[in-house]
Amino acid sequence: MNRPTPLLSVQDLGKSYGPHLGCTDVSFDLWPGEVLGIVGESGSGKTTLMNCLSAQIEPTCGKVIYDTRMDGARDIFDMSESERRLLMRTDWGLVKQNPRDGLRLGVSAGANVGERLMAVGARHYGDIRNVANDWLKKVEIDVGRIDNPPSTFSGGMQQRLQIARNLVTEPRLVFMDEPTGGLDVSVQARLLDLLRGLVNRLGLSVVIVTHDLAVARLLAHRLMVMKDGRVVEQGLTDQVLDDPQHAYTQLLVSSILQP
Amino acid sequence: MDGYNFAYLDEQTKRMIRRAILKAVAIPGYQVPFGSREMPLPYGWGTGGIQVTAGVIGQDDVLKVIDQGADDTTNAVSIRRFFARTTGVKTTEKTTEATLIQTRHRIPERPLSEGQILVYQVPIPEPLRWLEPRETETRKMHALQEYGIMHVKLYEDIARFGRIATSYDYPVVVNDRYLMKPSPIPKFDNPKMDNMPALQLFGAGREKRIYAIPPYTKVKSLDFDDHPFEIQQWDENCALCGSENSYLDEVVMDDQGGRMFVCSDTDHCESRQSDGHVGPMGTQQAAE
Ligand SMILES: Nc1ncnc2c1ncn2[C@@H]1O[C@H](COP(=O)(O)OP(=O)(O)OP(=O)(O)O)[C@@H](O)[C@H]1O
Ligand SMILES: [Mg+2]
Repeated sequence: MNRPTPLLSVQDLGKSYGPHLGCTDVSFDLWPGEVLGIVGESGSGKTTLMNCLSAQIEPTCGKVIYDTRMDGARDIFDMSESERRLLMRTDWGLVKQNPRDGLRLGVSAGANVGERLMAVGARHYGDIRNVANDWLKKVEIDVGRIDNPPSTFSGGMQQRLQIARNLVTEPRLVFMDEPTGGLDVSVQARLLDLLRGLVNRLGLSVVIVTHDLAVARLLAHRLMVMKDGRVVEQGLTDQVLDDPQHAYTQLLVSSILQP
Repeated sequence: MDGYNFAYLDEQTKRMIRRAILKAVAIPGYQVPFGSREMPLPYGWGTGGIQVTAGVIGQDDVLKVIDQGADDTTNAVSIRRFFARTTGVKTTEKTTEATLIQTRHRIPERPLSEGQILVYQVPIPEPLRWLEPRETETRKMHALQEYGIMHVKLYEDIARFGRIATSYDYPVVVNDRYLMKPSPIPKFDNPKMDNMPALQLFGAGREKRIYAIPPYTKVKSLDFDDHPFEIQQWDENCALCGSENSYLDEVVMDDQGGRMFVCSDTDHCESRQSDGHVGPMGTQQAAE
């Protein structure tokens, strides 16, 4: 029998900073093609959790199991560092809130998109450039800008470039921490539209951290609400937002999402 | 020489340098940290190369020192004089006579042979530094052989200039393993490093690193399939010796804009001339 396996399975994950709690008791499964939103107020542990899931930091306890293409389910913290780093730049994407942290500002947009391809062994300049061209189109950046450095791009363009740079290796799982955070509202709307299109078309699985419930509503299939490092409620996005069970979620929804 | 140990450095320091060199030879292309000493020359004058030379030089060695291919520049002359005074060894300008050659920016044109040692002066040893300022991270990248990123630099060259414009200090992979900066030699010299019968040692004084290419080791210059590695070429031959395949310097001859191209390797050029080879300018001079 061929039972479906979760792409990512998180079990009893916790992270302390010394005596200070980052997050604790987090368990969930993420299925292929699913978008999971992590919401909660500032300091609730969203970034800590995200950084553990994406192997940016090592958790204090618990497991993060990923269904690898080659060897099936593996605890990412049992992998060798080289396996893990390879995973991170091929089958995963990591979109940072500040595009300046996720881009190489000193080199051209084309090189930014082509970098991962070169990192996994692409050695044909013409091919790399063609793929970079295609990706610039997909994220609605004028291909005439391919040789310009991202420092000459607007914030929205930089963020779209960062997305292209991550998706070029066709990852199955993408982590995003407040991807629309620093942007103007109209720019945010365009980026969200683009993201939603890409996620649907590519069948991506996404873990997205946001404190903006409108962003969560638009992108996430499922939501996890965090408070003081713990998950206080999780479920389908519409259910959580329209019929919050936990008092904290009710507060969050009523205070932020006034339709 | 009174007041100095042989080759200036004390025996303990030389032993430490030799240990680093042995390790470097054992792991071709790997940068070995060493306890770089203060030398009586400023950084940028080849203090790394000088320490390596001091570590390996013996009484019977014959030393040649070149700077940009020439034996008679200030830098080459002072280093040669330094070792002549502190060791008393024989010095030479002839590549064939030398057992030990310290160089800045060139590899001699005449192929080196087994038993010879070539010591390079290295200003910046870390090829990944331009994209990663953190030493811990570059070490990890070397350990895990994460070198794909170096092609980003070559990609930028092609995007900007239509070809790989990097012409000095052109990155190589040694022994199919370590990414290495060959020091600012012209890429013209890169193919000479490949499978060279002589031992190649590299010393970086400021950054305190020694690395090596043992004899007969594969050295591959990075490139793209559709933009293969190429060396510089000239339309002219050497004006003095007529050489068709050596690295040429452009020399301005007068204030009327007269110029000629001559071998940058002065010993190579002179040897060829004394063997009877004559370039276009050489003929004219002889006829007058
Ligand atoms: N490096 C650290 N050292 C010590 N404590 C930390 C560190 N990083 C985070 N914390 C603490 O862990 C808790 C969770 O922080 P985290 O950054 O994960 O929250 P967040 O939900 O992402 O907040 P925000 O919405 O402001 O980004 C906070 O109390 C924070 O002060
Ligand atoms: Mg955060």
